[in-house]
Amino acid sequence: MFESLGQKLGNVLGKLRGKGTLSENDVMAVAREIRIALLEADVALPVVKDFIEGLKTKAVGQDVIKGINPGQQVIKIVHDALVAMLGAESADLTFGPAPCAYLMVGLQGSGKTTSTAKISKLLTDRHGKKVLMASLDIYRPAAQEQLRQLGEQTSIATLPIVAGQKPADIAHRALETARKEGFDVVLLDTAGRLSIDEEMMREAAAIRDIAKPVEVLLVVDAMTGQDAVNTAKAFHERLGATGIVLTRLDGDARGGAALSMRAVTGQPIKLIGTGEKWDAIEPFHPDRIAGRILGMGDIVSLVEKAVETVNIQDAQKMADKFKKGQFDFNDLLSQMQQMGKMGGIGALMKMLPGIGAMAGKMESMGVDDRLIKRHEAIILSMTLAERGDPDLLNASRKKRIAAGSGTNVQDVNRILKQLKDMQTMMKRLRKMGPGKMMGMMKGMMGGNMDEIAAMAGGMDPAALEEAAGALGPNPFAPNGALSRAGTQDFGSLFGDKKK
Amino acid sequence: MHPRGEPALEPPTEYDSDIDPGTQHELRSSENEIMEDLKATPTPAHTRLDDMREAQEFANHDSDGGWFSRLSAGLSKSASKLTQNIGGLFTKSRLDDNALEALEEALLSADLGPQTAARIMNDFSAMRFEEGATDTQIRRALAQSMSKILAPVAKPLIFQRPEQGPLVVLVCGVNGAGKTTTIGKLAHHWHYGAGRKVMLAAGDTFRAAAVEQLQEWANRSGSLLLAKDIGADAAALAFEAYERAKAENCDILMIDTAGRLQNKSNLMAELEKIIRVLKKHGEDLPHACLLVLDATTGQNAFSQVETFKEMVKVSGLIVTKLDGSAKGGVVVGLADKFGLPVHFIGVGEQIEDLQPFDPDAYARALVGLR
Repeated sequence: MFESLGQKLGNVLGKLRGKGTLSENDVMAVAREIRIALLEADVALPVVKDFIEGLKTKAVGQDVIKGINPGQQVIKIVHDALVAMLGAESADLTFGPAPCAYLMVGLQGSGKTTSTAKISKLLTDRHGKKVLMASLDIYRPAAQEQLRQLGEQTSIATLPIVAGQKPADIAHRALETARKEGFDVVLLDTAGRLSIDEEMMREAAAIRDIAKPVEVLLVVDAMTGQDAVNTAKAFHERLGATGIVLTRLDGDARGGAALSMRAVTGQPIKLIGTGEKWDAIEPFHPDRIAGRILGMGDIVSLVEKAVETVNIQDAQKMADKFKKGQFDFNDLLSQMQQMGKMGGIGALMKMLPGIGAMAGKMESMGVDDRLIKRHEAIILSMTLAERGDPDLLNASRKKRIAAGSGTNVQDVNRILKQLKDMQTMMKRLRKMGPGKMMGMMKGMMGGNMDEIAAMAGGMDPAALEEAAGALGPNPFAPNGALSRAGTQDFGSLFGDKKK
Repeated sequence: MHPRGEPALEPPTEYDSDIDPGTQHELRSSENEIMEDLKATPTPAHTRLDDMREAQEFANHDSDGGWFSRLSAGLSKSASKLTQNIGGLFTKSRLDDNALEALEEALLSADLGPQTAARIMNDFSAMRFEEGATDTQIRRALAQSMSKILAPVAKPLIFQRPEQGPLVVLVCGVNGAGKTTTIGKLAHHWHYGAGRKVMLAAGDTFRAAAVEQLQEWANRSGSLLLAKDIGADAAALAFEAYERAKAENCDILMIDTAGRLQNKSNLMAELEKIIRVLKKHGEDLPHACLLVLDATTGQNAFSQVETFKEMVKVSGLIVTKLDGSAKGGVVVGLADKFGLPVHFIGVGEQIEDLQPFDPDAYARALVGLR
């Protein structure tokens, strides 16, 4: 499994512990694992080879840092090298004298039209630009109509469709309209084309010569395989791309195409598409993609997501409650809802290093978002008074709640017990440092833990510690307590399942 | 280019210019309230003259070698890189480690993925070649290794109309894989090629202008179309579509769905719902659930097939965009791991650019053999 790259390297380099430096043989031994990892992530082979070469020179002779797993040290070196290769900082969109043109190009189905609408929205909302969108796709049925409808949905102006007009003429008309009506930016959404389709590439070049765009954005699907190098190279040579837009990063592709394209074109990845919504377009962070390519988890993203999602004041209030050891159904409910906002248990687990493999196992055990939904239903079937004071729940109330939520009394009892357990934990937790938390998590899982560990193919204790550290109060400040509570939830869910 | 006349391939059902394109599908008005938002394409905007012209054009493909050379040309673009890589390796008769490594790299560049490449290389390193074995001989052996993996999945989509109602085909896939285009091609293939009456259901009720796009394909392929507004419940639409197709005595009902990434559990649940609701018309529905896969996709194809297969019991694959520079080697890995039938491959944007999957031709084209 890819998730276990850390373990594989750990095995290969295990005997290194206590040695002084990484020798060439040591590095060669891990090079193959890294090569496979990068290939699994769809990094193009020539790029992989260059990368491994560079890595050897970097890693050989490095001191083995005491106390850490040499495998992890190599991963760190690899990670840093990936980040450097992806471009150390994010690149911004550029503007010229109004009206300036953006040309969107790419293969069929790479997400050009959706990206056009998203970028237009971004330019309008964040940069305060007046944007005009024009579709030059006269080939795919209803492509122009699609952009028109997107314009309507996002309230961005689109160039009126004139049936039968050639792409070059539409480009002319778009620029003319922009000049007359005072638009700042014109986005030209072109038809999808194959880089080997000479006629279509000529057409694109002609459009570029007419529009003289300040940005030629190559739109590429994050799922693209080895072909990414060919496509990127061909488009860049013919059209002079100024940046890359990587779409569908909300999928589970590792996105190795990013590395391939960056290496081949030398152009920065300017934006990434991360969802179906209009604002789901973000600046590119090389370190996150590097982590993703390596399967190292996405701690930074997780932290940022948590910070965005969790209302700071709520968090403070809850932290206070924790301190006093009070924790009622309202808190449990809001926690569940926050977890939902962060993309559910599965998404959270996958973002944590070392336990990515476990996420799948959890799902197969039935510990999934449906369970959370059911718990949510139970809490929502309680009166406000009951939620605030769980002790109120007597037999007849429980019956009513079970009926109201479509569950049974056992389920209600279970969640009540869970809450009680959590209250006890909260009290204990505040006496504890963050490092011990993971140990406690293991303790909470009880005998079940061995089973889970066996299923997950053995977890790397170092990775667990890393996760524990990352989940400690500092990254989440001021809502450090919350993060711990989140872990509590996982633990309780395991416990719950066991019964 | 593929030399004329060589392929021992069965061409897809021949285009028959004698078929009366006037096979008109009038949707009758109905009392049923649900049917009010039914949009029908009664007559394909396709005259006998168009038909002749298309037939002519089709025949003209012979000038560049016919449809097979289109396939072969498309695939040989994919193969060119692979060919280059292998070329020159086999000047020596024995495959030494360097040659094997280079060969593995060639497979990796074709998107076969590390695991599949390793499996093929295992087969291959055991092989002995006679002194002076030609480049072609070695390539043929490599093609055979791959063909061996591909052969079990090369199954045509068998058309068997159930006793009652139409054959129901659900088409799903990630965003931008080419679902709608594929449906248009399939509809054309079945209507004009096999003389079947086809209805399309616009189940992509999410993306802007998805309905208009499918409408255009319905026009071109002479099919009926059932569509509702954006935001409508796709499952309800599928349910109605079945009733309508049955009432219209259609042979085939193809249901388009919105593109969805396989890790979006809510969207996958929607797809499950479509199937659940369809099953109210009969347990065996849908008769086929096709996953459309973009050949440009790398190793994520495994995740796609795995999830879609698990969630909606995908019955077969269609691989699109094989006319590009992507090598489509991932198909070998998929066949190896999942064994799902590959029914068709898409090799162009034209309506007839859909070919049956031929493992030998595919494997040969991958190694640059004709």
